Amino acid sequence: MNFDFSEDEKMVSDQARRFLQDNCDFSVNRSVLEGGAGYDQKVWQGLADMGLLGATIPEAYGGVGAGYLSTCLVAQQVGAHLAPIPYSSTIYQVAEALIHFGTEAQKQQYLPAIAEGKLIGAMALVESMSELTRQNITTRYSDGKLNGKKLIVTDGGIADVALVLAATESGSTGLYLVDLTQAGVQRETVNTVDPSRDSATMSFTDVAAEPLGDAEDGWNQLQAIQDRAAVMMAFEQIGGAERALNMAVEYARGRFAFGRPIGSFQALKHMMADMFVALRLAESNCFYAAWALSTNSDDLALAAATARVSATQAFQLCARDNIQVHGGMGFTWEFDCHLYYRRSNYLTLQLGGLSVWESKLVDALPKGQVA
Amino acid sequence: MDFSDTKEEAAFRAEARAWIAENAPTYLYEPLSASGFGTTRTGEYDPITEAKKWQKKKADAGWACLMWPKEYGGRGASPIENVIWSQEEGVYGKLSGSFIIGQGMCAPTMMAFASEAHKNNFLPKIASGEQIWCQLFSEPGAGSDLAGLRTRAEKDGDEWVINGQKIWTSGAHISDYGILITRTDPEVPKHKGMTMFFLNMKSPGVRIVPIKQANGDSGFNEVYFDNVRIPDHQRLGEVGDGWRVSLTTLMNERMAIGGSIATGYPEIQDLVEHLASDEGTAIDNPAVRSRLADWYCKAAGLRNTSWRAITSLSKGETPGPENSIGKLVAGGMMQDIAKYALDLQGLGGAIWDPQISEGNARFQAMLMRCPAVRIEGGTDQILRNIISERVLGLPEDMRADKGIPFNKIPSGQG
Repeated sequence: MNFDFSEDEKMVSDQARRFLQDNCDFSVNRSVLEGGAGYDQKVWQGLADMGLLGATIPEAYGGVGAGYLSTCLVAQQVGAHLAPIPYSSTIYQVAEALIHFGTEAQKQQYLPAIAEGKLIGAMALVESMSELTRQNITTRYSDGKLNGKKLIVTDGGIADVALVLAATESGSTGLYLVDLTQAGVQRETVNTVDPSRDSATMSFTDVAAEPLGDAEDGWNQLQAIQDRAAVMMAFEQIGGAERALNMAVEYARGRFAFGRPIGSFQALKHMMADMFVALRLAESNCFYAAWALSTNSDDLALAAATARVSATQAFQLCARDNIQVHGGMGFTWEFDCHLYYRRSNYLTLQLGGLSVWESKLVDALPKGQVA
Repeated sequence: MDFSDTKEEAAFRAEARAWIAENAPTYLYEPLSASGFGTTRTGEYDPITEAKKWQKKKADAGWACLMWPKEYGGRGASPIENVIWSQEEGVYGKLSGSFIIGQGMCAPTMMAFASEAHKNNFLPKIASGEQIWCQLFSEPGAGSDLAGLRTRAEKDGDEWVINGQKIWTSGAHISDYGILITRTDPEVPKHKGMTMFFLNMKSPGVRIVPIKQANGDSGFNEVYFDNVRIPDHQRLGEVGDGWRVSLTTLMNERMAIGGSIATGYPEIQDLVEHLASDEGTAIDNPAVRSRLADWYCKAAGLRNTSWRAITSLSKGETPGPENSIGKLVAGGMMQDIAKYALDLQGLGGAIWDPQISEGNARFQAMLMRCPAVRIEGGTDQILRNIISERVLGLPEDMRADKGIPFNKIPSGQG
């Protein structure tokens, strides 16, 4: 047994960290947040040039096939630096969907472009103000054409291609690949709690689309994609959580009140200890889930939900209480605390919210067995 | 990252499994399996006798205290082999409860600070279960502020004379020996005037009085010292260095307690899978699902965190104070679980009668024992101080007694 990342994997993580330190400080997040560009092209292309966008993509399709463990560590760095890039949509979801369910032609067409940073993907799923279910999809696929409207698509405004969840005449639910540059696709940016990530409404009027792979089993495909995405997303979340905790600790050591550093007051120390505890548990669950992802373990659904739930809890707690430790200054636009608060709350919802993943976790529990 | 056994680990597992199949007290399998939180059931047999028999058998065959050196009664095994052994020992491991303090806390302190002669004499007896040891630390006026202890040790020739009182000593009534921290110099600041010893619990002048706990049980004791004499060669560490010695014990305590602590998770999953509710069974209720998922995440997080610690141990690293999270998480979680389990059963949940209550009244027993879990071996608040100061590097709280000679510190006693 060995429950740690290898030196090679840690090296990839270091490489990503150094690149993001140099090229993705808070001003980069803020320029997307305030300027509405949707993403930072330079950071995105930089990761592609380092081979990091192709890390999970097999060499036959233009990737480097470095595997999931190092990608999880890169995701952690993306989260820590609040990178405003379409990494989760393109890499955790669209690329995963193509790798696992795409036809040979689809893989050839899209995966090399993703690895090169030339193609951004998005998941067009949600249509109403409630969690996604098989029943609340009204977008229709018929005779190679899509019609319908999606309420919010992460990276929808900047994506080149989307995977669209739609119902068929026969009543099944499928995932369809759509070229977003064609006429009949209308997109409009929508304001969210975290504008450092692009979000858009998207409508389709007689838009050409093709099924992902051969199956019409889109709903189950989506669950499998999201389980895999949840692991990488959880790493992004703990990356953010750790950085938010460090900000709080740093500030509490330097800020004086009542003649002493505020970090010496137990009320604040204990708050930060609880942030650490949540982070540490989430980290350990993420490690296990990374292993389950990298080995396609039977345990993946449970491990992914466990990592996702605990990472969501940790990031939300750390981002929230980081503001509390900073006091009034934490609520200014100028201080960076709100950037983590925004991102933590957006990421919580991106693959379905906390209650969705809690329920998936319970469904995946082996009956009569224990942790 | 790899969770499967290496070839060597698989061979070790097979050897352990074969030995256990051949030697384990299978007649205790059923009662031990039914042992819930805080109890060791051995049916018609005496638990201490059975525990000592199993421990002796293991020690004779080299399966006791696996990570200790062979000359002290161990096996010189790796941390991972130790984990494999615990997995294979399974329910029979529940017999080892009375040995945890001696093997997990006293023995590491002896290994670090006792003379070679004492180590050779005592450690094999601790390993084999021939001797049970206890830890005499807390006092009525020194709990979280352990360094405020007042039990006096005064030098008299080659001996030390002990007077004072300890409290919350688990298992003192069944112990043969104990390690004892005392004040040897009250005129220097409190952390500097302490000295550690070990002593025979049958020494003249030692009086042990069981404490009746809030839950009705008596697992802890008060221990009174009235001119008890300890030879100087039973001193552990230098005179005045007792605080540093005690940190060795306490760090091992957190490892011993945090690594394998009960959380209540298996019990609550079992309950909600069977308990009838409006939705069918309780596990189909959305509120229950949300709570269960949260607890699963914590239980899995603790398990995975301990694997990280084992991995770093096996690389020769020393797991640090970050392992304080184990007891902190488990204690509060178990209390919540117990409360929730009763709540799911309505007023019937108030019944505390193994004949009537669900699962031998496991949740009622848990509820009533849990307050102590959040206090013993470091309160939740002390553990948060440790995490914030020693892991996160936050500044110490202001201390009113800092640098003041011990005998000038206000005690609130007039």
